[in-house]
Amino acid sequence: MTENTNTPKTVPQYTAKDFASGRDVRWCPGCGDYSVLAQIQRTFPQILAEYGQVKENIVFISGIGCSSRLPYYMDTYGFHTIHGRATAIASGVKVANPELSVWVATGDGDCLSIGGNHFIHLLRRNIDVNILLFNNRIYGLTKGQASPTSEHGKVTKSSPFGSIEYPVNPVSLALGMEGSFIARSMDKDPKHLQQMILRCYQHYGTTLLEILQNCVIFNDGAYNLYTNKETRDEHVIYIENEKPLVFGKNKEKGIKLDGWKPVLIDLNDGKHSISDCLVHDETSKDLAFILSSFIDNPLLPLPLGVFLARRRNRYEVEMENQIEMAKEKYGAGKIEELLKGSSSWEIK
Amino acid sequence: MEDNTKVNSGVKKNNAKFKPILKTVQDVTIRFAGDSGDGMQLTGSQFTDTIAATGHDIGILPDFPADIRAPAGSLYGVSGYTIRFSNHDIHTSGDSVDVLVAMNPAALKVNLKDLKKNGIIIANLDTFDRKNLDLAQYEKNPLEDGSLEGYNVYEIPITRSTLESLKDMNLPQKTAQKCKNFFALGLLYWLYNKSYDFTLTWLREKFKNQPELIEANSRVLKAGYYHGEITEIFTTRFEVEPAKLKKGTYRNLNGNEAIALGLTTAAARAGLQLFVGSYPITPASEIMQTLAKYKHFGVKMFQAEDEIAGICTAIGASFAGCLAGTTTSGPGMALKNEAIGLAVMAELPLVVVNVQRGGPSTGLPTKTEQADLFQAMFGRNGESPVPVLAVSSPTDCFYLAIEAARIAIKYMTPVILLSDGFIAQGSEPFRVPKISELPEIKVIFQTRRDGFFPYSRSENLARPWVKPGTKGLEHRIGGLEKQNVSGNVSYEPENHHYMVKLREKKIKKIETDIPELKVEGVKDSELLVLGWGSTGGAVADAVENHILKGKKVAYAILKYLNPMPKNTERILKSYPKILVPEVNLGQLAKLIRCEFLIDVIQFNKVKGLPFKPSEIEAKIEEILKV
Repeated sequence: MTENTNTPKTVPQYTAKDFASGRDVRWCPGCGDYSVLAQIQRTFPQILAEYGQVKENIVFISGIGCSSRLPYYMDTYGFHTIHGRATAIASGVKVANPELSVWVATGDGDCLSIGGNHFIHLLRRNIDVNILLFNNRIYGLTKGQASPTSEHGKVTKSSPFGSIEYPVNPVSLALGMEGSFIARSMDKDPKHLQQMILRCYQHYGTTLLEILQNCVIFNDGAYNLYTNKETRDEHVIYIENEKPLVFGKNKEKGIKLDGWKPVLIDLNDGKHSISDCLVHDETSKDLAFILSSFIDNPLLPLPLGVFLARRRNRYEVEMENQIEMAKEKYGAGKIEELLKGSSSWEIK
Repeated sequence: MEDNTKVNSGVKKNNAKFKPILKTVQDVTIRFAGDSGDGMQLTGSQFTDTIAATGHDIGILPDFPADIRAPAGSLYGVSGYTIRFSNHDIHTSGDSVDVLVAMNPAALKVNLKDLKKNGIIIANLDTFDRKNLDLAQYEKNPLEDGSLEGYNVYEIPITRSTLESLKDMNLPQKTAQKCKNFFALGLLYWLYNKSYDFTLTWLREKFKNQPELIEANSRVLKAGYYHGEITEIFTTRFEVEPAKLKKGTYRNLNGNEAIALGLTTAAARAGLQLFVGSYPITPASEIMQTLAKYKHFGVKMFQAEDEIAGICTAIGASFAGCLAGTTTSGPGMALKNEAIGLAVMAELPLVVVNVQRGGPSTGLPTKTEQADLFQAMFGRNGESPVPVLAVSSPTDCFYLAIEAARIAIKYMTPVILLSDGFIAQGSEPFRVPKISELPEIKVIFQTRRDGFFPYSRSENLARPWVKPGTKGLEHRIGGLEKQNVSGNVSYEPENHHYMVKLREKKIKKIETDIPELKVEGVKDSELLVLGWGSTGGAVADAVENHILKGKKVAYAILKYLNPMPKNTERILKSYPKILVPEVNLGQLAKLIRCEFLIDVIQFNKVKGLPFKPSEIEAKIEEILKV
């Protein structure tokens, strides 16, 4: 089982509006963040209704950056913290109180550069925290420097001769850290983004949702290939569990495996059929690695969807279990006995 | 210990009726020293437990090498354990050593400088061979070349005697040799007229599944004891009368354990779960290790990926409604400062423990220092006031950890608790308090919706603490400047100025809620010696020694460094001279000058070592002469 199976209960009915804090939203007009905020606010009423969750149990933690403003706009508990540390602070919140539904709003700089260490260790521990990674491949709040996901050669204010670094692939990184749930979506596909947010909630353990998000000021059009009507069908593949990997306007293209190598096939060439196509398996880490590498090959489409969803023990649950076991074994701790220690003496 | 009995080394008396004199002394310091594999820490702690259980006041300082397993016999592999016990109240592990047990030449060489003139050396004769002498860089055997003249040297074949007493047990040679520390222990029990029963009981418990080890160690322990009794090489035995300690139950406690106990107790008093996020660092790691064992108290010890995550997970837990803390030492503290600033801005309770060590940078990880006072006071960006408390003893560690938690919760603020390597590892008898003697910690979580604002203020100037999960109180906090009362983000110039002043006022207000600075010694005198942190014990011992000599000196130990007790200025102004000894270059001295415009006499030593009472005593004498 990788899914949340809480039985629906009668709970207050919420609407998207109930999740709006009423503060003025201060992202640049046209910023992709507006869409992400809207999809969160639209999905949460559904989550709450279906899973008997209550609004006061939702907590949004963020670091620093444009995306990290998000908690201010959500009418939930929220904590806008310091640069790079959202994943660490969120870990503390969730371990302290596992009843809470904890979400992190973070960006490519916040999460993968200054916060890289906390990010990888959160994945490793599999604490049930949902990371929404707004990836616009640029530093926005500091006005246009190269980010850890900026492509090699990218000209930015801090790389006027072109970036000489190679970008982080967040999906591969998360796989390498034994992440238990890894998915990708984008700001310009609201329906898919909503589905992915829902899947994050359903999963037990850390979830990473990479959201391709357009920075309209400093990196406009970074994802045009995947979002423009004319090109998107040929360059995006939606991966779904147990379904063959097909894409294209008329589903005429597919992906098959040649050894370990994914190759593009034409389903109308008379030589290939849908039965040649690779079938997605969300539980396979090996397959997830192959899918995560599509981005390196310009001939292959960009996968959107759930790369991996598998069950692993959660840190906060194991900690609670150890506490219970210790209480069973030693009895609930008594301060009087603790203070006295194992060896004491009387002075009369 | 004053002992003028002269004994020729190793000369056996042949008088069958010989009986050693039992001499009463007031104050004794013994050091067990040997190779790090010789079990000196265990020997010392067994001796301590026996001594403490017979009602003495004690002070202890273990000293082990920085290397995990230094080569056997080498100078840098020497491990020592110093215990001082007396018939009166003492504050330190002493100044110089009366008895040195040297299990090998290296131990003798490293520790001889601390031995009193006329002091006793008990040397394991069997290790003074060419190989070990070379390892200890002795050209000539010190037992033979006359260099130990002026000391009472007892050469005892400890290794051979140990093997001899075990020869019919057919133990592996290595196992048998390992028992030799119990020979030394038994001998010292005899010398100080103490029973070995306590250790026998301990052995039976410790090795309950290895009966052969109970038998072997017990035999060797008794062999050591009766070596003293039968061989008659010692002409004198010593006895220290019990101290007049307050009635009650006592245990030994070192500073690090005491902080773990204090935090756990504070959480219980507050009715909160304890969450501690920490990263291993010398000399603070023992706190997190101790807390990790307290699972049945519901303690959540989170070993973080780094120092920053240590404090950040704690801040998250505090936001979620736990009593939260993080424990570290100087370099780790430097990494946490940004996050402490967040806790200042977000006004969340948090206890930050810094067990100071030699700095800067990696510095002297296993040595002590008091040079992080400025870091605690001023280590953050912006105007970022934080209460700072400093412990002067292991007992202080317990009570001030509770006090730090009380202040943090009552005033919704991070609190820095300064300890240091000396106190962390030193132990003393700790009088176990009754729960009813401990301060109550009142926690009020906001649950009412009407009139709720995240940055409204109580009479303590604290903002409300709200647990996420509380219906209807959803709100946002963060590191950006907050509008007074509403808590919304605000860039207003007037508001920022107001909030900066408000945060300062909130911390300053704590001075009305802490004990006044207490002057000890002869209050009506020319000189006040002001100690803080681990200097406190040496200051107390030094001043008390002067008073015994009929001199007039006063002293006070400052435990609240920020804010200082509200009578601090009045007290300081009432003494013409103030001496401030510190294991730094004068950080408290500078604070006092700039806070009160009062000059003080600095006395600074930054050698990775605590002050000896005698050093402060000499400095006092120098000042009084002028």
